[in-house]
Amino acid sequence: MTVGNFGVVTRRTVLGASAAACATSAIPRAQAATPAKGDDAMVPVALRINGKDHHLTLDPRTTLLDTLREHLRLTGTKKGCDHGQCGACTVIVEGRRINSCLTLAVMHDGEEVTTIEGLGSPEKLHPMQKAFVVHDGYQCGYCTPGQICSAVAVLDEIEAGIPSHVTHDLNNVAFSDEEVRERMSGNICRCAAYSNIIAAIRDVAGEDKA
Amino acid sequence: MKTFTYERAESPAQAAAAALSRPGARFIAGGTNLLDLMKLQIETPAHLIDVNRLELDKIEATNEGGLRIGALVRNTDLAADKRVRRDYAVLSRALLAGASGQLRNKATTAGNLLQRTRCPYFYDTTKPCNKRKPGTGCAAMKGISRNLAIMGTSDACIATHPSDMAVAMRLLDATVDTVAPNGTKRSIPIADFHRLPGDRPEVESALAPGELILSVTLPKPIGGTHIYRKVRDRASYAFALVSVAAVFTPDKGGRFAFGGLAPKPWRVDAADAAAAQGAKAVAEAALSGARTTRDNAFKKDLTARTLASIFAEARA
Amino acid sequence: MKFDQPATINPIDRGKVVGIPHDRIDGPAKVTGSAPYAYERHDVAPNAAYGWIVGSAIAKGSIKSIDSRDALAAPGVLAVVTHENAGPLGKGSMNTAHLLGGPKIEHYDQALALVVAQTLEQARDAAKLVRIDYAQEAGKFVLTAEKDTAVKPPAGFGGDPDSAVGDFAGAFGKAAVKIDRTYTTPDHSHAMMEPHATTAAWLGGRLTLWTSNQMIAWAVKEMALTLKMKREDIHVMSPYIGGGFGSKLFVRADAVLAALGARAAGRPVKVALARPQIPNNTTHRPATIQRIRIGADRNGVIDAIGHECWSGDLPGGSPETGAMQTRLLYGGKNRMTAHRLATLDLPEGNAMRAPGEAVGLLALEIAMDELAEACSVDPVELRIRNDVQYDPEAGPGRPFSSRKLVECLRQGADRFGWAKRNPTPGQMRDGRWLVGMGMAVAFRNNLVGKSGARVKVDGKGGVIVETDMTDIGTGSYTIIAQTAAEMLGVPLEAVQVRLGDSKFPESSGSGGQWGANSSTAGVYAACVAARGILAQKAGFNADDATFEDGMIKSGGRSVPLKQAAGREGVSAEDSMEYGDLDKAYAQATFGAHFCEVGVDMHTGETRVRRMGGAFAAGRILNPKSARSQVIGAMTMGVGSALMEELIVDPRFGYFVNHDMAEYQVPVHADIPDQDVLFVEELDDKSSPMKAKGIGELGICGAGAAVANAVYNACGVRIRDYPLTLDKILRGLPEPAFA
Repeated sequence: MTVGNFGVVTRRTVLGASAAACATSAIPRAQAATPAKGDDAMVPVALRINGKDHHLTLDPRTTLLDTLREHLRLTGTKKGCDHGQCGACTVIVEGRRINSCLTLAVMHDGEEVTTIEGLGSPEKLHPMQKAFVVHDGYQCGYCTPGQICSAVAVLDEIEAGIPSHVTHDLNNVAFSDEEVRERMSGNICRCAAYSNIIAAIRDVAGEDKA
Repeated sequence: MKTFTYERAESPAQAAAAALSRPGARFIAGGTNLLDLMKLQIETPAHLIDVNRLELDKIEATNEGGLRIGALVRNTDLAADKRVRRDYAVLSRALLAGASGQLRNKATTAGNLLQRTRCPYFYDTTKPCNKRKPGTGCAAMKGISRNLAIMGTSDACIATHPSDMAVAMRLLDATVDTVAPNGTKRSIPIADFHRLPGDRPEVESALAPGELILSVTLPKPIGGTHIYRKVRDRASYAFALVSVAAVFTPDKGGRFAFGGLAPKPWRVDAADAAAAQGAKAVAEAALSGARTTRDNAFKKDLTARTLASIFAEARA
Repeated sequence: MKFDQPATINPIDRGKVVGIPHDRIDGPAKVTGSAPYAYERHDVAPNAAYGWIVGSAIAKGSIKSIDSRDALAAPGVLAVVTHENAGPLGKGSMNTAHLLGGPKIEHYDQALALVVAQTLEQARDAAKLVRIDYAQEAGKFVLTAEKDTAVKPPAGFGGDPDSAVGDFAGAFGKAAVKIDRTYTTPDHSHAMMEPHATTAAWLGGRLTLWTSNQMIAWAVKEMALTLKMKREDIHVMSPYIGGGFGSKLFVRADAVLAALGARAAGRPVKVALARPQIPNNTTHRPATIQRIRIGADRNGVIDAIGHECWSGDLPGGSPETGAMQTRLLYGGKNRMTAHRLATLDLPEGNAMRAPGEAVGLLALEIAMDELAEACSVDPVELRIRNDVQYDPEAGPGRPFSSRKLVECLRQGADRFGWAKRNPTPGQMRDGRWLVGMGMAVAFRNNLVGKSGARVKVDGKGGVIVETDMTDIGTGSYTIIAQTAAEMLGVPLEAVQVRLGDSKFPESSGSGGQWGANSSTAGVYAACVAARGILAQKAGFNADDATFEDGMIKSGGRSVPLKQAAGREGVSAEDSMEYGDLDKAYAQATFGAHFCEVGVDMHTGETRVRRMGGAFAAGRILNPKSARSQVIGAMTMGVGSALMEELIVDPRFGYFVNHDMAEYQVPVHADIPDQDVLFVEELDDKSSPMKAKGIGELGICGAGAAVANAVYNACGVRIRDYPLTLDKILRGLPEPAFA
């Protein structure tokens, strides 16, 4: 059981092995400002990523996405557009999925980040990762980590009763293919494995209900 | 992205004071619009004041029976708030029609109000744009303008305001509560919050330099049937061609606000007054004085037809 | 190995591994984010600096001056590469425009400089400091305006741009039923998810590129031409490619500039195109104007069919071959096709998924729908009446190798419930939705190409396949492993596949839906060679030996494969080459698309409600990944029908909507469940695999099925793609105003 970020207790253990790290981060926040001087003002940033603490010194312009990919070499999180238009960079921060391209690492100082690497490994796949393989929920694989992070969070959001654009009764949120399609629409797949991705998510949601 | 210095604000007053004292300072909250624009150097702040840790993330009942929504309440939380779902469904619906789940998890109430236009020429720093670079001209007016405004435009700018949330806020007569660098607080009716472009399209809101949004207040619920209809080319994750927020009351009354039509959430008293006469009368009143281009003339017909659709839905 | 006679029974026919819907073997790497793409090679280039491309702000003209001083002085900047300091550069034979422009500028956002810095943030910022003074020239950007200046292009990839059989004009003039319509399709962007990206490193005079490219051998050749190097000094690796759809057939600016930047900076450099640069910096599918004339009898049987296609490209470019399928698809004694090419100064037009057919069928299959209506013949029946089992230009002497279009039409219609369609438009309602069904034929030429591979069997019975073939999401890793497992009688898990490395044998690469059939045929050839060596080592005659269950068997005796391989292992290399079976037989893939849409009676918004199809493409090597190719292509067809359009601003000569917010492609919510049926077929004239291409067939006709469904739903016939609501509203009746 994990405590989701939406104020409800969910039974879904979406974060797999790193779920235990979902509690509020214990790492102290770094100093809150850059010196008021020139171009090389760097900022200290502490992040807990996939359960592991990282203390970095960054150009404040560094996005969370580039921090992951270039500084921490966690390249599972992808850069598709770098402008919040595709969803390939989706990661889970403090229990919520966000576009890591449109946020600065320094804005997340002291926070908990789960990336695709934190969900599972080739040797030990997260149930959602396994379902994507079984249902061929990808082709080129480039949007895939974002789709999977999003899918994991979407099931949490439905369980937490967060409504969506297609929820008929705002006060009665339930799993349906239509709900998942709408909620996953921030993750573009140009290869268009859409039908298969929905099948994979449906599969995981069903397993969880059993 | 140009270099900037960064500070994390500790209190609203300190944030506002810092914003005034530091040249080129900008607040950053969700960042989903500002960072997009900074990467393209459309926005080039010299100093960023991170307001995310200010405790402005609560939704509280007001003494007047309404709701005070903290500036930092995320779109997801606002849309999912039980009171909003129950009493201000049009606001939930508008929020949920916007952007994507990821963006709504990050985007804030105040930031959403301050979203900048999606006009393609505003986004291209090699092109003229009076909003981005005052005095350079408007490339859109004689350019590709299918998505651009037909109401409230000027000879300087035909950009639209891209927000869905703000359309519902306008419909609900929200007020925007702010604090100035000198500590003065004020409330701005949302009708006055967004500016029409006139000859200063770069000035988009009534906020003074350094002024920080603290909350948005909704008056007490008005009941009725709440509808938000967003029309777009694809089924999700797209800005509106036209959107209509409406509340229909049992006495055949109604109020209407529009997105995708104007540089600000568009609402016309005469359109509300025409509610009892039906969709066509509402459309005529709302679209009075429309100035269209070859590309966006369809928005008039589309607005009228969308109104017809929601009238049918409301009366079904 | 040469394939010049129809295939006979061979080990692939056993179907123990090939033809089984195995999960992708590269799946675990992809779903965990551990598959390394071109920009992610910290493992091999840990100290790479960052390059940022500066694109041209004008469409045509020249650079008067370029001033890099401020950029060079900016923090962290290591080098600025421009035409002035790049040294002499050649031009690849497959690119129309230069990948580093200057002083001449050939199109908007053509790369004019690369800024290299220690960090991405520094490079991106400093790129804005490169000051370029332009001498602008007037250009031509609008196809409709230049249509009358278009000329007959030289014979190209598809052969002669014109064809004529019989007396088209005479027969069309006399036809009882005539369709004469003009259709337009706009420019399209590939919009693959991974931007073009390259990491480049030099060691002495040798260049290593980790890039994202569909055609490894072409990449080596083109880089050698561009940098005036020897091919053997260039090593290209592209093991994972985040989508291509034709945009990564040829090297692009990222590869050339990463190489130049790495040389200038004296250390590895990586470069990715920024998303907003991609539509104008790279290639796109060109817009077309297509005139289609069909003359038929009252039963819809075609006697005359003509298809003309106009497109535009940069000087020296090539046409969009939108009329090509019309030479092969339907019967009719009197025929003509023509392609005309105008000169435009837009970015370079080039191949995008199913070049030719993808847009050709968008037009032709609406025309067929219009013919069906004019003759009051069911659209499915109309296609069946006009089926032809041979190349209709060449006559019965050139039959199709296999053509199961009629089976696709019948089985697809049954599965979809086509019989429930009301042929009169605007008759079906579901609440506020006007509901309609449409269909269209899928056709895509089958291409094969020489492809090689190396197969190694080790002393533990493990198999390694190496080829420079690429997997752009197509499933190459898996079907190659399946092929080797089948040929050598080992389980799939025993096979490792290594792709996308120019040190491996040259393959067909990925494009034109030739990759799956061609590359597995190459692996087949290498496996035949390996079987020969292994059988000999086991003391068997190779022709009599059976490879199964990890054993080599012959005449009641069996030897374990690993024993035959021995401690030293066995390595064999061969390639498959082709004779003239594709000349003796017309070879193509076929299918039928069916679609149900809803059109909002008030707003004109169109949403696809159901979609399905039946397809015949020879042996389906892996039904799971093949189905994915088809549904993905169908979705791209939905995009072309409903939303995809690069919009030209003729004042500035560029595509205005050049990012993923403004160039819209379908999202999850646009796409319902999709049903795919593969009609059983083996094509023994195509390759020993008896397979054909499947990667592009699914887009061919899919958009037309949507367009025809829109017409059936609401009675508005739109001939200019995409079918956006503003066009639909012009034809919708005024709604009841409450």
